[in-house]
Amino acid sequence: MKLALSIAKTHLLSKPKQTLVAMLGVTFGIGMFIAMVGLMTGLNNFTEELTMTSSPDIHIYNDITKERPTLLEQVNPSGMNVVLHQKPKKETPKLRNALQITEVIRKDPRVLGAAPTLGSQVFYNYGPIQLNGTISGVDILEENKLFDLRSKMKSGRIEDLKASTDGIIMGTGLARKLHVKTGDRVVITTPEGYTMTLKIVGTFQMGIGTVDNIRSYANISTVQIILQQDQSYITDINVKLNDLHQAKVIAPEFQAISGYRAEDWETANSTFLTGVIIRNILTYSVSITLLVVAGFGIYNILNMTIYNKMKDIAILKAMGFSGKDVKQIFMIQSLVIGFIGSLAGLVIGYFLSYAISKAPFNGGDFISLDHFPVNFDPKYYIIGIVFGVATTAVAGYMPSRKASKLDPIEILRG
Amino acid sequence: MEQVLRTHKITKYFYDPEKFQVLKEIDLAVNRGEFLSLVGKSGCGKSTLMYVLSTMDTDYEGELEISGERLTGKTQNELAKFRNEHIGFVFQFHYLLPEFTAIQNVMIPALKLAKYNYKEVEDRAYEKLKMLGMQDFALKRSNKLSGGQQQRVAIARGIINDPDIIMGDEPTGNLDSYNSQLVFDIFRELTHTYRQTIIAVTHDVEFARNSDRVVEMSDGKIVSSSSTQLAKPALT
Repeated sequence: MKLALSIAKTHLLSKPKQTLVAMLGVTFGIGMFIAMVGLMTGLNNFTEELTMTSSPDIHIYNDITKERPTLLEQVNPSGMNVVLHQKPKKETPKLRNALQITEVIRKDPRVLGAAPTLGSQVFYNYGPIQLNGTISGVDILEENKLFDLRSKMKSGRIEDLKASTDGIIMGTGLARKLHVKTGDRVVITTPEGYTMTLKIVGTFQMGIGTVDNIRSYANISTVQIILQQDQSYITDINVKLNDLHQAKVIAPEFQAISGYRAEDWETANSTFLTGVIIRNILTYSVSITLLVVAGFGIYNILNMTIYNKMKDIAILKAMGFSGKDVKQIFMIQSLVIGFIGSLAGLVIGYFLSYAISKAPFNGGDFISLDHFPVNFDPKYYIIGIVFGVATTAVAGYMPSRKASKLDPIEILRG
Repeated sequence: MEQVLRTHKITKYFYDPEKFQVLKEIDLAVNRGEFLSLVGKSGCGKSTLMYVLSTMDTDYEGELEISGERLTGKTQNELAKFRNEHIGFVFQFHYLLPEFTAIQNVMIPALKLAKYNYKEVEDRAYEKLKMLGMQDFALKRSNKLSGGQQQRVAIARGIINDPDIIMGDEPTGNLDSYNSQLVFDIFRELTHTYRQTIIAVTHDVEFARNSDRVVEMSDGKIVSSSSTQLAKPALT
């Protein structure tokens, strides 16, 4: 083994240029892999984090659009009934016993927090123009526990909302469109035509356009007044779990407890998750292509080396090296190329990632972002080096096996 | 007299381009310390016989025994190990590993055998080089040496593990007369002083005539086997 190592070393060092070229192939492959994975997973994590901070792990609501059994089926259950264009029943999205349900859910040890809310579409009046948006009635302190609102406040304090009866905290995007700031008053109109003047006590920024540009928070009682509903009128319960990946398992349990639809975040954000999967597929397919190209480079160079070293292989075999020993010599060479090449690739990948993370990038209204988010997770560096070494091992195996099978007599006889 | 190599009815065929019997029931016995030349016209099968005797060619019928060990039917790996310990090679075209120094080349078979540690192997290799007058070139890259020098290093490599037999395939075939004589003298000394056994395939009439025993082959058969007048002057 030691002898094979020293022969392999001598082979590699006697042709430094060729060795370097082979290594560079791997280096580029791995370097690009690291940079791409860093950027892609960085973007994924960033958007996931944003989504997670603004949406609950489990969302319980009254799904009034769901199909209900038709009257015809109740009257004639055994017949074949076709009802086209079933009209929805007049039904409020109210959750009955919402506060009791919330209490039950809060007692579950897997739950970090649960907040009852009610929301409605509203128009924000700006002179003659009406901007479409939503208003969420929340217990602001409870909501803060779930979404860490305090850290997202751009002006005002969340306690100010608690203290006022007609205050709202408005998304920065919406405030900018309305040209209002903290302390200003804004007139809202509900779809039912109720109009009310509210005072802006603060602004927040989640970082996602779909939230910042349309949403305001108000106290539950304020929204109940706007909607002209009673004190028990709650339309949604937002739940945060200790482990968000359990949402899919826990949601059906809550659905059974509450009797209302409980939607986990993966279902709610399925389009976003599809995007993540597609980005991952892209990253890996490009990286694998790069590595396969590098692998072919190594295959070629080793093949050439072995062709040039046929005499040496024959003499080694005559002197008592078995096929396995010869294979070892060339496998060591390809693994050394793979390992050093990958290691250099990790370094280059790191610097590339670093450069990308410093590149200015304007996320526009949609995402508040000024630099590319890059992931420096060591996991991907480990994957990179394992990947690189594995590719070179495969690429080196075939020529090495050929060398081990070489018949020394043919060469020695000339 | 101790026999170091013995064959029994060795027969071999070539199948390409058509079936052809290249060795016909060869019976050969070689004594320890014998300097044997294998001669014959091109195509008579002498090289083929040597590669069978050297255990590298296993595609034959009959039996081969070296140092009392029956080698017919052993696996390639077993034979490789056996060659490493018991057989040394000297080829026409030296076949040193060009990237290594002279002493490294000599050391490789001994490091492979791993009977001695690195330091001991180095000392032994140096000793062998000294025996062949190559000690001053020990640290030179082998591709920087002349043909004669390379062949002497190759001989040192062939004897590093104190093999039972040294096999030579035209060991002087590529050398000028001065170096041929040098190599011959080394062989002579190895056999007579160190009781080394040598089997050499050669075209060199002078070389053959001066060895202990000449085995002549023709059409795959041994046609004559005679001791020369120079045989064993020390023993007669």
